[in-house]
Amino acid sequence: MKQSMQLLLVVAGFVAAGAIPAQAQRIPQIPYQAVDALSDFPNDIHMGEAAGVARNSDGEIYVYTRTGNPTISLGTSRYVSHGGARIFHFDEDGEYEGEIGQETYGALYAQQLRISADDHIWAIDQMSGQVVRYDPDGRIVMVMSRKPETQRLPQAPFEPGSGEGREGESFSGPTDITWDSQGNFYVADGIRNARIAKYSADGTWIMNWGTRGTGAGEFDVIQGIAIDNQDNLYVADYNNERIQVFDTRGNFRREMRGFGAPMAICITPGPNQVMYVSNSNPPDNLDVAGEIYKVELNGTIVGQFGTAGKQIGQFGTVNAIDCQEENDLLVGELGNWRVQRVTLQPM
Amino acid sequence: MRQHSWRYCAAVATALTLGWAGSLDAAQRGGGGRAPAYADTPEIPTEVVEGFIKLPEGLYLGEGIGVAENSQGHVFVYTRSGDTRLFEFDDDGEYVREIGAGLYGFEFAHKVRVDKEDNIWVVDEGANQVMKFNPEGRVVMVLGYRPPAVDGAIAPEPSDHWGRSGSPGANEPYLFARPTDVTWDTEGNIFVSDGYFNHRVVKYSPDGRYMGQVGSGERGPAPDQFSTPHTIASDDSGRIYVGDRGNRRVKVYSSDLELLDMYEQTGAPWEICISEGEHQYLFVSNSNSDSNPAASWNTSGEVYKMELDGTIIGRFGRAGKNLGDFQTIHGLSCRNPNEIITSEISAWRVQKIRVASTPVF
Repeated sequence: MKQSMQLLLVVAGFVAAGAIPAQAQRIPQIPYQAVDALSDFPNDIHMGEAAGVARNSDGEIYVYTRTGNPTISLGTSRYVSHGGARIFHFDEDGEYEGEIGQETYGALYAQQLRISADDHIWAIDQMSGQVVRYDPDGRIVMVMSRKPETQRLPQAPFEPGSGEGREGESFSGPTDITWDSQGNFYVADGIRNARIAKYSADGTWIMNWGTRGTGAGEFDVIQGIAIDNQDNLYVADYNNERIQVFDTRGNFRREMRGFGAPMAICITPGPNQVMYVSNSNPPDNLDVAGEIYKVELNGTIVGQFGTAGKQIGQFGTVNAIDCQEENDLLVGELGNWRVQRVTLQPM
Repeated sequence: MRQHSWRYCAAVATALTLGWAGSLDAAQRGGGGRAPAYADTPEIPTEVVEGFIKLPEGLYLGEGIGVAENSQGHVFVYTRSGDTRLFEFDDDGEYVREIGAGLYGFEFAHKVRVDKEDNIWVVDEGANQVMKFNPEGRVVMVLGYRPPAVDGAIAPEPSDHWGRSGSPGANEPYLFARPTDVTWDTEGNIFVSDGYFNHRVVKYSPDGRYMGQVGSGERGPAPDQFSTPHTIASDDSGRIYVGDRGNRRVKVYSSDLELLDMYEQTGAPWEICISEGEHQYLFVSNSNSDSNPAASWNTSGEVYKMELDGTIIGRFGRAGKNLGDFQTIHGLSCRNPNEIITSEISAWRVQKIRVASTPVF
């Protein structure tokens, strides 16, 4: 449904990413090994685009993938959407365990998956515009926003507007979620809107910030959001090729650049936190970008690894990084329909 | 079980504008500030029965669109999950079965009700049909006609922000256009609220023949007009209660469709329900709007308990995602007025709520 818009976005990202930062030549390469992380699929279960991947506190892996066929059926005067995204569950070694969220209403086009400190699994769907929270048993315990009752055929042209969104939920192309030390959570409502929406732990809306643009506190496609131990929020401002840093009230602190157009970001836990940022290649081009940066939280680039490609150890449009272990990453790819386990040599 | 502590005010501080949606949209949903009766109505204590509905592994509810109980206390849930589906649970909330899987008339759920003979009636606003299942779960009657797929997709016309458009089956005796609900009088005559496009209530004989209607086919505020009649129920004397959501009133009709009364103090009736027994009560849900505009949490979300004559006894509930709070109630089952069952659009759940029999200040 939104392919044309996405294509525009990635083309824009590609053009921008083509200008390699001058310092790139001096960035150390981090030695690494990679393997296909997932195995033991039943014969009738297949990965699609690995939009979201995350580990829980036991190291078990959940993947939100674009697979099967999203379907639009004829209602009376509306077109009803069904299916197209699934959540698979794997053990800590990547062996297939099962599925949660089968045939749920809002699972149309997987966008991201994150796991909160209480091991709840949060699935973010770009097409339904929903965030669905599952408890560790795989039961739904919270639903944010609402799938449009109808899809437009043909799709209405995208009118960017301010991107400020509404007071409340009503996401329009949400991409990511993170939690602060008080249990509040933040949804990056970032593809059609250009806002961060903040909620209390029980899902009560608190505030929005952001509008479409290039200035401080403005966004042009938010692809990801992450938080550090000091409750600084890092927002991957994709088309502006920067990460903006905010406090929990949305006050702009600073911005960081030099790692292309950030498509997937992750901050490690523990006292000495670092961030991984993927300057993902567009899905229609293997000849640009594709590398992942390791970055200090002050913006200093520690090193980089990887390049665009189809082989193991190369990356095809990375959309998700799990960095629960600093040197043992899970990397989800849209282009290669897989999750890789990447072991970095400690630096 | 968890005792629910009552707070009068949601923590959200925001303007009370309802500019979040197009005006037509707001009118359909009846958004328009606090219910007049809210401030002066005592609060009824409630508690939620945690974990009432027990789903088998791998099965999920979607939008909780309709819920109804039969005489055995079995609970029927009509839900928008990946597909629209109808599930049956027993009186302990244990899963019993799915009814009508893959049915031609299941496209976009709107309501389920159970009649005095335990027949299960389903209203689907996607297929534009009302289906009667016998207690065994077989279809025994169909009202309305599904638009033929061979005609292809209906061309989009100017429409609201959801992209809804078109006016199929405009005010025809045997065609619906996004019907919303069904009830019956004491003679078994059938009343369908036909709903989003035709703004009318249609009466059929027990065998499904057209007998008449009220409502002009046009949205309007006049006494015999409706603005999205969204829910309908009947009492044991044969009176018909219609939740006229966009006009923020409950209208009471005789079974001959004469207007008897209007109750205008309890906000936008997304859902109404009348309890069983010698002393019947009317429940009216002033649901907070779907998609959760922040302002709606401050102005709606509560359920009113009323006498059938419109006297308000009390209210309970508030907008929220916690257990015992409500996220856009769309279905109410209240055979037992002290133990009601709710289904919600925005939380994909069905809750059993114990409601104290007397309000406590």
